[in-house]
Amino acid sequence: MTTSLPNPAVRTGWTDPPPRKGFFTDTSICIGCKACEVACKEWNHVPEDGLNLLGSSYDNTGSLGASTWRHVAFIEQPAFPGSGPATNASGTTGPATSVSAPRTRTSVDLGLPSFELPGAAASAGDRTEFRWLMSSDVCKHCTNAACLDVCPTGALFRTEFGTVVVQEDICNGCGYCVPACPYGVIERREGDRSVHNSGVAQKCTLCYDRIGEGQTPACAQACPTQSIQFGDVDELRERAAARVAALHADGVEQARLYGADPNDGVGGTGAMFLLLDEPEVYGLPPDPVVTTRDLPTMWRRAALAAATVLAGAAVSFLGRGSR
Amino acid sequence: MSMSDANTERLRDAPPGGAVRSGRSGGERPVGGPAAESDGRPNRLGGNRSGRRRREGGRDNQVVPDVTFTSYYGRQVVRPSPWAADIPAYLFLGGLAAGSSLLGAGADLTGRPSLRRTGRLGAAAAITVSFGALIHDLGKPSRFVNMLRVAKHTSPMSVGTWLLTAYSPFAILGAAAEVAWILPLVPAPIRGLLSRLGRPAGIAAALIAPTVASYTAVLLSDTATPTWHAAHRQLPFVFVGSAAAAAGGLGLIGANAADSGPARRLAVGGAVLELLAEQVMEPRMGLAAEPLHQGVPGIVIRASKLLTASGALAALAGRNNRVAARVAGAALLAGSACTRFGIFYAGQASAKDPKYTVVPQRARINTGRSAGS
Repeated sequence: MTTSLPNPAVRTGWTDPPPRKGFFTDTSICIGCKACEVACKEWNHVPEDGLNLLGSSYDNTGSLGASTWRHVAFIEQPAFPGSGPATNASGTTGPATSVSAPRTRTSVDLGLPSFELPGAAASAGDRTEFRWLMSSDVCKHCTNAACLDVCPTGALFRTEFGTVVVQEDICNGCGYCVPACPYGVIERREGDRSVHNSGVAQKCTLCYDRIGEGQTPACAQACPTQSIQFGDVDELRERAAARVAALHADGVEQARLYGADPNDGVGGTGAMFLLLDEPEVYGLPPDPVVTTRDLPTMWRRAALAAATVLAGAAVSFLGRGSR
Repeated sequence: MSMSDANTERLRDAPPGGAVRSGRSGGERPVGGPAAESDGRPNRLGGNRSGRRRREGGRDNQVVPDVTFTSYYGRQVVRPSPWAADIPAYLFLGGLAAGSSLLGAGADLTGRPSLRRTGRLGAAAAITVSFGALIHDLGKPSRFVNMLRVAKHTSPMSVGTWLLTAYSPFAILGAAAEVAWILPLVPAPIRGLLSRLGRPAGIAAALIAPTVASYTAVLLSDTATPTWHAAHRQLPFVFVGSAAAAAGGLGLIGANAADSGPARRLAVGGAVLELLAEQVMEPRMGLAAEPLHQGVPGIVIRASKLLTASGALAALAGRNNRVAARVAGAALLAGSACTRFGIFYAGQASAKDPKYTVVPQRARINTGRSAGS
């Protein structure tokens, strides 16, 4: 973790910008309280986007989108063999549950409140190691951001803090950033005129208005466990590396950083994560690549195809007279 | 490994909830919550619900082995574009306009008036409807002009906007030159001016037209949508072939027999190019080619190949028969439209299924070919 992330603000033309800002989301100490989701919605006037029960543990938010700029994922899984301290280190000692009966349909204890002591109903022999992963997802503020690259209006721009922000009064809702994002973060807000900024692409701004005033983004401010940390990206990277090393020393071998590699497919991200399992378990792409990396090839091939059809049309007029 | 072994393997690995390991056989897509795997079988409620779970019972006969991967409750990783049918319709009409401009200019220069008229009018009509479709699809149509506040080579949509902005006036001017002789109310000086401008405008439109036909492939490929991006090397050739076939088809319908030779040759050449490019493209796309053969998009793409091939054959066979030429032209137009709609919706399907995002990326990591290595 000695290499530092380049500040894309410099490349974009900012002279003497402040240090690049970002998030370090340490999912090993996330308690799934969703204070980040609520604080984000409150501060940024993000409208309500459905009050649903999704049947996915405590996740009734679904995914990041136009009106969800922080999303807490909940994953219930058996602990890995030999990962003893993982459950304790993550602070998420889940209730006992039976996963050992593959052929008969049995009810699974979801850990919902009950009047019994946890585990009182099941004998100790039925218990298995179990863990509950929670992770607060957010826009990655990529070093090489596909959404920004493909935006045809310049509504998406790189701030002096190296973050990526939509100018809501410029965006015309073409929607191109939506399929371009390798993480599926940005989305066009649907709804009629009564919905604030409907028809416009929306995503996390890393609280551009707050950090410009020296404040902490709403989600990080609200996080009660410092799972979400805000700061200079260089410093956060050091903190993240130290945290991974500490967890490894404690025997939590699954701890790994996501988005911290400046050589990955998006050039590293301004928002990085400490995960306790593979990225796809959390709904994150395991090896994201900025699509515009292949754009020079695409333009060359398109030029070749254009030349082909021009030549083909010319040739079709050579032939034998009218026939 | 036999299929039953694969299933056992998957179930043994399967967590009780959250991260769901999913198989790839038809309908075998557990979208499960915590209870999904508690009975030892994936929860199929959220999978392919439309009764199209082909081969589920006959899994033993399946040749392709299961690909096991992990996802978050089976939810998508990348987002499908928010684009409606406007966009595939534009892909078709933009290609039709571009090819028609080429035919119109060529016919003008080689003295084929009926083909010139068809080409110029077809191009102007198609590009006008295209503009309507493109603006209609915006979230804020009133802000369309914001497209013109920057020019970015990293944004195929920005490049395309400027190409269309350059192309459309010439295409419409060329059509105006045709209409000037048909409409009775045009004053003589304007009629004369338009007829003098018709040829240079038509040639200018024809020179820009090939880029209008090919950039739309980059528009789709420059995304994280698995099927569109995986096609990025061959898709421009599929699209220009499709554009040539459509324009040739329109020429066969609109031009008289004496003038239609170039339209026939362009149509057949375009059809061959499109079909060949697709044959080269699909094996190189890996798993991302799968949506091209599945569901409604798969049917539409099969129809496009059938229509394009039979249209080209009919165009060749019916060179002395007006009815056959028109039927061939209609088949080629329909085939081109099916190509665009099929590829568009196959891409949308590939974005909605996490398999097409996760499996190739995981394979890159497992084989040491990840982006960071």
